[in-house]
Amino acid sequence: MSLAALGVLAVVALAALAAPVLLPYDPDAPDAERTLEAPGHRHWLGTDLYGRDQLTRLVYAGRVDLLVAIEATAIALSVGAVLGAVSGYRGGFIDQVLMRIIDTIQAFPSFILAMGIAAALGNSVTNIVIAIAITHVPIYGRLIRGEMLRIRETEYAEAARTVGNRQRRIMFYHLLPNCFPPVVVQATLAMGFAILTVAALSYIGLGIRPPTSEWGAMTAEGASYIVSGEWWIFVFPGMAIMATVLSFNLLGDALRDVLDPRMKGV
Amino acid sequence: MTDLLAVRDLTVHFATDEGIVQALDGASLRVGPGEVVGLVGESGSGKSVTALAILRLLRPPARVLGGRIEFDGLDLQACSEEEMRAVRGAQISMVFQSPRTSLNPVLPVGHQIARLLVQHGAIRPREARARAVEMLREVGIGEPERRARQYAHQLSGGMCQRVMIAMALATNPRLLIADEPTTGLDVSIAAQILDLLGDLGRRTGAAILLITHDLGVVARRCDRVVVMHAGQTVEWAPVRALFHAPAHPYTRALLRSIPRVVGTGEMEPIPGWVPSLLAPPPGCRFAPRCALVRPECRAPVPVRSVDGDHRVACVAAEAS
Amino acid sequence: MDVLVVDDLQMHFPLRSIIPWRAPRVVRAVDGVSLRVAAGETLGLVGESGCGKSTLARCVLRLVEPTRGRVLLNDENLTALPEEALRRRRRDIQMVFQDPTASLNPRLSVAATVEEPLALHTPLTGAARRARADEVLEEVGLGASLRDRYPHQLSGGQRQRVNIARAIATHPRLVVLDEPTSALDVSLRARVILLLAELKRRMGMTYLFISHDLSTVRYLCDRVAVMYLGVLVEEAPAAELFEHPAHPYTRALLSCIPVPDPGVEPVRLTLSGEVPSPIDIPTGCRLRGRCPLAQPVCAEPVPVREIAPGHTVACHLV
Repeated sequence: MSLAALGVLAVVALAALAAPVLLPYDPDAPDAERTLEAPGHRHWLGTDLYGRDQLTRLVYAGRVDLLVAIEATAIALSVGAVLGAVSGYRGGFIDQVLMRIIDTIQAFPSFILAMGIAAALGNSVTNIVIAIAITHVPIYGRLIRGEMLRIRETEYAEAARTVGNRQRRIMFYHLLPNCFPPVVVQATLAMGFAILTVAALSYIGLGIRPPTSEWGAMTAEGASYIVSGEWWIFVFPGMAIMATVLSFNLLGDALRDVLDPRMKGV
Repeated sequence: MTDLLAVRDLTVHFATDEGIVQALDGASLRVGPGEVVGLVGESGSGKSVTALAILRLLRPPARVLGGRIEFDGLDLQACSEEEMRAVRGAQISMVFQSPRTSLNPVLPVGHQIARLLVQHGAIRPREARARAVEMLREVGIGEPERRARQYAHQLSGGMCQRVMIAMALATNPRLLIADEPTTGLDVSIAAQILDLLGDLGRRTGAAILLITHDLGVVARRCDRVVVMHAGQTVEWAPVRALFHAPAHPYTRALLRSIPRVVGTGEMEPIPGWVPSLLAPPPGCRFAPRCALVRPECRAPVPVRSVDGDHRVACVAAEAS
Repeated sequence: MDVLVVDDLQMHFPLRSIIPWRAPRVVRAVDGVSLRVAAGETLGLVGESGCGKSTLARCVLRLVEPTRGRVLLNDENLTALPEEALRRRRRDIQMVFQDPTASLNPRLSVAATVEEPLALHTPLTGAARRARADEVLEEVGLGASLRDRYPHQLSGGQRQRVNIARAIATHPRLVVLDEPTSALDVSLRARVILLLAELKRRMGMTYLFISHDLSTVRYLCDRVAVMYLGVLVEEAPAAELFEHPAHPYTRALLSCIPVPDPGVEPVRLTLSGEVPSPIDIPTGCRLRGRCPLAQPVCAEPVPVREIAPGHTVACHLV
């Protein structure tokens, strides 16, 4: 199962990276003669209203979606990890303040919050990454704080102090790496959610601006064609979203096993 | 005197990812009615597996490959699950280590005892509750009515163990298996618990199979001792004989490796390491570490009689 | 010269009270303990669970801040040191923990664990540090070949040796050992005890050995102090304590130890009941209420008397 997931993600990633080399068409270039063409020899996944090759657009959209998901997750994870670690280890007043900040973020339904931030900042790729990152910080913050609360009571945490380490080193060198296994699973799940969020934002028009292709936006475009029968415009991007998110989920479990320290040194 | 419990040639394997763990290899022991028998061995020697096998509590990946377990004439391995359930908890009960984790954390302790009484006897819940309080009193818990309403986490380790003992003796079993009942308890509490077990055993006439790694515990509480090493039973003796004239090299090494409070005397660790049960040596499993080893030790070891009831599974042991 | 002086150490934990105006109740874990450990000596600190010995150990190392009292290491007041100075002083006072598995960071190799104190406290770097770490590993009987292993690849006994190696790497003046053999199997216990004795002999280590296992204490320690409910009740040279115990608690404790000899019939001094909670400590002698020899005078504050050279007891009746 996890191998299949890895395979899917590898294909997506490779395609995303190699896109300019592999694909002959320009994703944004319209071709007036070949509009709304069904999947066939020249355009494997068909064309849209402007005659743009769907396969090319799909792969380029993959680049955008993956990039946003990875960047947003990386930012959220870093910020959340630091907040959670400090909060969990120090406790007391700092803990209360940081947790209230996180509570505030969590109080909003995450999509609404992302919408709000994207609307306020404007819908460039950077701003969307920021919006998603902010909504994801609480996930990692709480998770790591919880792990840290548990781990700081262990004897090796005490030993790290006894040996003479400074607090910062204890937190970040000794304890934080041991907090990570559950975070990894969460991160892969969250990456799936990030993709869904970008797609949803683009679907309602607050996401990536056209003409840049993005899976959600493509699905939105395709929605208008459900009735008239040009099914290829929304089916493929939809499938891409589903396959990628599912693969991330499956990968999460596999990664957690790999990160188990008992695997080290084997 | 016929034996109450007879375990003969018990062999148990566990199938694991790393291979077959040969946990028990022809283990044998006997317990007579009303006797207190100590089963001694280090961790991993197979004592707990033996206890679980007796009660037929072993589940896959454990497999019983051979041997016979007889309790009061009944073949415990061949009998039906229904017959086994009638035995388990009623005729043979068990007290486990870690009493706090063996008790149900969400039920008051009195309730747990009462439920047991209702299950095994035709007794109404109200009577069962009253009897449960009585049992708590009998095991030495002060203010039993109040304690019966409390939960496991509100009781100290020693008290939890007393509750476990109450539960084990509630049905008046003929045999009580106590698996490391004092691990984790303070010395004084442990002494109280062992006293309690001994007293109740004598009063009810129940036989006790006391499983422990602590030779000191065995010395004062048991009538007979069985020594186990790496899944094999290596020596059977009345308690005095075991301590004053240990026959098996392992028993001797074990006795030498304990620091003593009374008297000085050198402490010598047992040479070598406990063999892996994944690839145990053939024949006697102590042979690779034994100073008296001979070629015959690599074949299945015969049991010799040292002196009357004192027997040893060793070809090299002297009878003195 | 005394390596360690503990002077009237007190560790009280306040319990949060649900009722805001009621005075908070206090757990008096360590309630005025004084002791000394001379250079090269091994002082055993025995007591059952809840007596406060582990808390005392943590106070000595200043892992928790004592509420009152002083800890002097080589005449330097540890309790008054600022954070950074204390951190540097940790080179001289180390601890071996009880649970060999839990006290090792599962993500650090043996080498990393043992080299860390060297990295923090010595100017050794690179190859020199590795060499010293290997030396320490040899000293504890592990051998440098295990340096790249991780804790899960080691047996319980080996893990405890790594623990010990980490503690002695910087040649500390004092090593505090908190139940170092309790989590070990019987056969391993002997080995670790012998290792500790050997290290003491070879390197002149000073130990504060905390345990509830009296037989191990007998073997390793020069002097023994007995602790109950936060205070010391008796202190004596080891042989003296085991042969002529004076305090009823010491006598009760000794009589409970299972002796691996069916011929020996210890005279049992039984204490009734269970250890009271360290929140509601009886006034006067703390053993009052459980002690079979209790008299009315035991409700008075307890005098500490020296009944033989080096042998002090806190009891009215001795």
